[in-house]
Amino acid sequence: MIGGMLSPAAEAAAVVDAVLDDLPRNRGVVVDSPPGAGKSTLVVRAAGHLAATGEPLMIVAQTNEQVDDLIVRLAEEHPDLPLGRLSASDYVMPERVLGKASVGTKLPDLGDPAVVVATADKWAWAGDRTWPWAIVDEAYQMRSDKLLRVAGMFERALFVGDPGQLDPFSVVDGDRWAGLSWDPLQSAVAVLLRHNPDLPVHRLPVSWRLPASAAPVVSDAFYPFTGFRAGTEPGERRLEFQAGGMRTAYDRALEEAASHGWALYELPSRHTLRTDAEAVQAVALLATRLVQRAPVAISERGERPVTAERIAIGAAHRDQVAAILAAGPPPGVTVDTANRLQGREYDVTIVLHPLSGRRDATAFHLESGRLCVLTSRHRHACVVVARAGIPELLDAHPSAEPVRLNVPVKFPDGWEANQAVLAHLSAHRVEAAPLR
Amino acid sequence: MSTLAALARLRAVRTGTAQRLATVRHCHLSERPMVFIPLRLAGEAAAPLAAMAGTDPGHPHLLVVPQPRDRDLRFAFAAELAQIVLPYVEGFLKETETVERRGAEPYERCADAPQLLVPNRAALAFTLLLGRSTRFRRAEGPHAVHPSVPVLGRWLTFFAQRARHPGSALLPAVTEALSLHWATGQSALEDANLASLVGWIDPPPGTTGAEAAREAEDPLVWPPAGPATDPGFDAEVLAPAIRAYEEAPGDRATARVAEAVRTQLDPTWRLMWRAVDLLRGLPEGRGASARWELDRGSFTAFAEQVAEGGPPQPKHDGAVPAASRLARMERAQASYDAQRAYDDPLLMAAYRLTGEAFTGTVVASDPANAEGEGRGRKLRPLVTVRTGDPVRLAAGAKLGTPERRGQQAEVVEVDGELVTLKIVKGMGRGKVATPGAVPESGDQVCYAALSDEYQPPASLPASEETPWTHGGPPPEYVPSPEDDQEEWS
Amino acid sequence: MERFDRLRGAVPARPHDARAIAALAANPGCGRRAVMDAAGIDKDATATHLGFPAPFGRSPFAITRGNAFEALVKDSGCAELLRLLRELLGLPIPLAAYTDLGDIGGNPSAHLRHAHTLKLIDRAARDDDEAGTLYDHPLLRLEIAGHTSYLEPDVVAFRLAGRFHIVEIKSFAIVDGQAEPDKVAAAARQAAVYVLALRNMLAELGHDPARVSHEVVLVCPENFANRPAGTLLDVRRELAVLRRQLSRMAKVGAIADTLPEDLTFDLAPDADGVPTRPVSELREAVGAVGARYAPECLSTCDLCFFCRDEAAAEGSTELLGRQVRDALGGVATVSEALGLADGTLTPGEGQEEIARLLRLADGIYGVYAEAG
Repeated sequence: MIGGMLSPAAEAAAVVDAVLDDLPRNRGVVVDSPPGAGKSTLVVRAAGHLAATGEPLMIVAQTNEQVDDLIVRLAEEHPDLPLGRLSASDYVMPERVLGKASVGTKLPDLGDPAVVVATADKWAWAGDRTWPWAIVDEAYQMRSDKLLRVAGMFERALFVGDPGQLDPFSVVDGDRWAGLSWDPLQSAVAVLLRHNPDLPVHRLPVSWRLPASAAPVVSDAFYPFTGFRAGTEPGERRLEFQAGGMRTAYDRALEEAASHGWALYELPSRHTLRTDAEAVQAVALLATRLVQRAPVAISERGERPVTAERIAIGAAHRDQVAAILAAGPPPGVTVDTANRLQGREYDVTIVLHPLSGRRDATAFHLESGRLCVLTSRHRHACVVVARAGIPELLDAHPSAEPVRLNVPVKFPDGWEANQAVLAHLSAHRVEAAPLR
Repeated sequence: MSTLAALARLRAVRTGTAQRLATVRHCHLSERPMVFIPLRLAGEAAAPLAAMAGTDPGHPHLLVVPQPRDRDLRFAFAAELAQIVLPYVEGFLKETETVERRGAEPYERCADAPQLLVPNRAALAFTLLLGRSTRFRRAEGPHAVHPSVPVLGRWLTFFAQRARHPGSALLPAVTEALSLHWATGQSALEDANLASLVGWIDPPPGTTGAEAAREAEDPLVWPPAGPATDPGFDAEVLAPAIRAYEEAPGDRATARVAEAVRTQLDPTWRLMWRAVDLLRGLPEGRGASARWELDRGSFTAFAEQVAEGGPPQPKHDGAVPAASRLARMERAQASYDAQRAYDDPLLMAAYRLTGEAFTGTVVASDPANAEGEGRGRKLRPLVTVRTGDPVRLAAGAKLGTPERRGQQAEVVEVDGELVTLKIVKGMGRGKVATPGAVPESGDQVCYAALSDEYQPPASLPASEETPWTHGGPPPEYVPSPEDDQEEWS
Repeated sequence: MERFDRLRGAVPARPHDARAIAALAANPGCGRRAVMDAAGIDKDATATHLGFPAPFGRSPFAITRGNAFEALVKDSGCAELLRLLRELLGLPIPLAAYTDLGDIGGNPSAHLRHAHTLKLIDRAARDDDEAGTLYDHPLLRLEIAGHTSYLEPDVVAFRLAGRFHIVEIKSFAIVDGQAEPDKVAAAARQAAVYVLALRNMLAELGHDPARVSHEVVLVCPENFANRPAGTLLDVRRELAVLRRQLSRMAKVGAIADTLPEDLTFDLAPDADGVPTRPVSELREAVGAVGARYAPECLSTCDLCFFCRDEAAAEGSTELLGRQVRDALGGVATVSEALGLADGTLTPGEGQEEIARLLRLADGIYGVYAEAG
């Protein structure tokens, strides 16, 4: 059968089977997972698969929240599998994890569970034991030097992550290592593949999170060479409002997003501070209005109200997040930076565009991973708030980035990715109402 | 760029002179620094043309390579430079102090350390290259050089690598040191020109900084501070002088090249010492002295390696040394940023403007407040501060304060102009807080979400245990005969 | 086209070399530069006549060194270069032919030399012979804003097994695998111009343009010796930028159309080529096309000192750099920003926020800096 004719579920399952087949044959296997492509599902399945061999398994995640999420998922799928969680002494276990894993600060405290999950930082302190198997989650967000601290603990490993999100970074200048295959500032996957170029790399082909309105946009802009498709058909996901609107610009933007999956709420062109008060207020008011409209999400999971917990607001900088919080978004709505929204999923997102109000774009603002994270967290709709003038800014952007020898070129280029997203958004533009 | 730094540049434009960006000096300045101004032959990676070096403003040493493409002359230059630099460096090894450590043997640390001052970042890079091109040389064999040359190479490499360590002052670039403390009415790119930068900070009488800076761009008045020379000078003065040397090598021809480069180096030499005086005019910050102590430790440790005859620094950091160096640099950067803000209200101001810090007056204080009962009872003094700053801190944010270093507080609540915080560390271990540990009503205080507290990262594997993900164990370093056969021409 | 001819005056359009084309991406937002480049105006001469000669010079030592290195690489029919290509591409290149496309005798026009290159490259593309061939001095061309520019042929094209690589020879050193990133970037941008031109040529001849690799061979001296070393340089990003800038240039006509009919940058040279145009008149003409000065121009544009002077006269915050401008939230002049800071100026619409911040900064600054 030709790949294109498989159903999304069959296509995804075929990749997962291929991954599991490759595991015993290779020292390492890499799986690229675009946004919402079932990375956790894969990790949970692979964990079950490896645990079934009777050999102990270590799982490395990057944050405590990711560790907790994995434990909850593992406990759901494999209720009989004994789980352990290594944690720091000041870790406070959230309720959802209670009773699902033995918890301790040292390995001997855990008993002898089949699977032990911890953050990379915690694993680095875990001592000398060697594990036949490891799963490294969010491996593209893990820095090479962190992998170096734990890689000696396992013999073989499955590396899973999203190559389109933000690269790890440092506050110090790492030029002296640029071009070295073991540059400590690159990602764990980059260092792994540069030293082991023959390892198999698989790619999950279907996004179960992004709706049909978003998957092609995100795929073309941020995954131009690999691509993926949506797991649902157009029209299968809907967003409806139980409360009527008033035809204000906010309402029209929300309605545009509900019917097309995207809206660009455009403020008049102006160069502003990063914490542009007008844009910040628009973001908060859009969130408020959204909650007031009592949205309902209809999907393959059935019909569910979109509560504040299912809504997120994303921005590029911490001061923008602080300003949005100060502007009073509805309680319960997540407000955070792109960095911290990585790996998270919501029904509706509201995004303050990183280039809004900027006169010149910096490499930070253009980094494709940042926009990718912000525009790929939603199951139903995404509203982008921006000042007019971004196309002009991109047009005037000087391209004079320094080039370092032997550093692999990263794709997609931030400029091109921004351009592609903007071109799509321009079809869903709603002009902002003048502020009262 | 903080709004404060931007404002300082605007004020500089209006007033015509540079504006202060700091109230104290954030880099240590030695009492006896050595100024080092290297020049490179245009078009070559690391061919030295000349250098001016010394510790006495009135007596610079001028070193010159009359034909920079001649390999032997280059190494003669390196040997001559070693005669100036090495005695200076070694002079600091004589006097040491004993450092006591908790839980470890005391050790000896040099009481002071050498400090080389170069004009700009490009000179730092050139110093690194000079070190690279000399440290693998050998005193025997077919390409023998003077024994001091490889030692010089190791020291220059040490200084240049340490210069990239955040907060180090062993080899500062003077333009960067000045830019930390003054804002000019021009762009940061133009500040890389030493003459122009000094012109803004300290214009000659009757001239504005702006005028002095423009004049400084004329290479005939103010030759570039190196390592690159002015192309006009190269064409009209240097090229004929070098040609004359080629045609008739000898003292006279050498003197002609020396006189030519002296015209290029003298003005920079004077500027460097003026910059030293300008920096000396600022009182040294507390953190700068603390960081210099670390520099002294680093210097002492390297001197021991050289004395023990260890191999020259490798061409690259291996996987493990790179990760280890990165961790040290990140730690140094965090503490450098925090220390500067705590040392200097003007630098703290940048954080106040972004809402990460605030100053204000204490309006209520409860030094006896505690949380929990019985054995779990914890002293948590409460302090409420009224501030006019635009605070953007969430409840739970961890705070430090310049008034009480080592103390840690947490935001409890921000309500308009009132910020309530609880002190969680550094107020004493008794039932009540140590007297003076908790600010009282009416006190002026400053709190910031900045910490130079440090969580040490987990240990790294030994180099010979580098895992397969990072290329496996690196081949053992054996100084290869190729190292010193590598041409330098 | 006529519009541009009038802007330029009675001198022939200055041809764009690869370096100039690569520089188009340096400040694309600048209308002044775009119009002058599109019209093929000699900006250096313009700046000199305005009294603001460009600050760029090249040392004779650098030129000598560059030429000597290139000669070394190309010596004996590119023997050194072949050695490198064998190592780098990991291919057995038993015998490689060397063809100098510049060597056609006499003093032919660029057009003729281009035709000669075209003929031989066509033959090379048809030939499925596995042996490698080096083509030295190919004369390539690119369309820029409707003009055909012939590119200075200081490049080598290498064909092996049906694929072409551009070889770029530079005299900056690669030390322990690293080179100055700005120099590598400039080399990559220039090489991308040749890759695109050669691709266009193949397409024009009916061959697959993708046969020109996006990996160019950068040849530089290694460490401190003269021995050349080769590195592969991926120029896909630079190619994308170049395409973008070329299509932008095609639209510059629209800016030119908005300019006054009689506007010209003609220097009115006399018989000896000495400009006779009154400076004040030229200054006014240049000033009629808006510039977008940034301090980065100081290393890329011949007109930089003129534009900087103009920005200073206007009291523009551009003078202080992009970061300052960004921190000021778009306030355009120094006096406006300072007025907002000291409260003597009432903030206009949309300026309330930056005004509040500047007031606060001004207050703090007054307390600590002025006392100190």
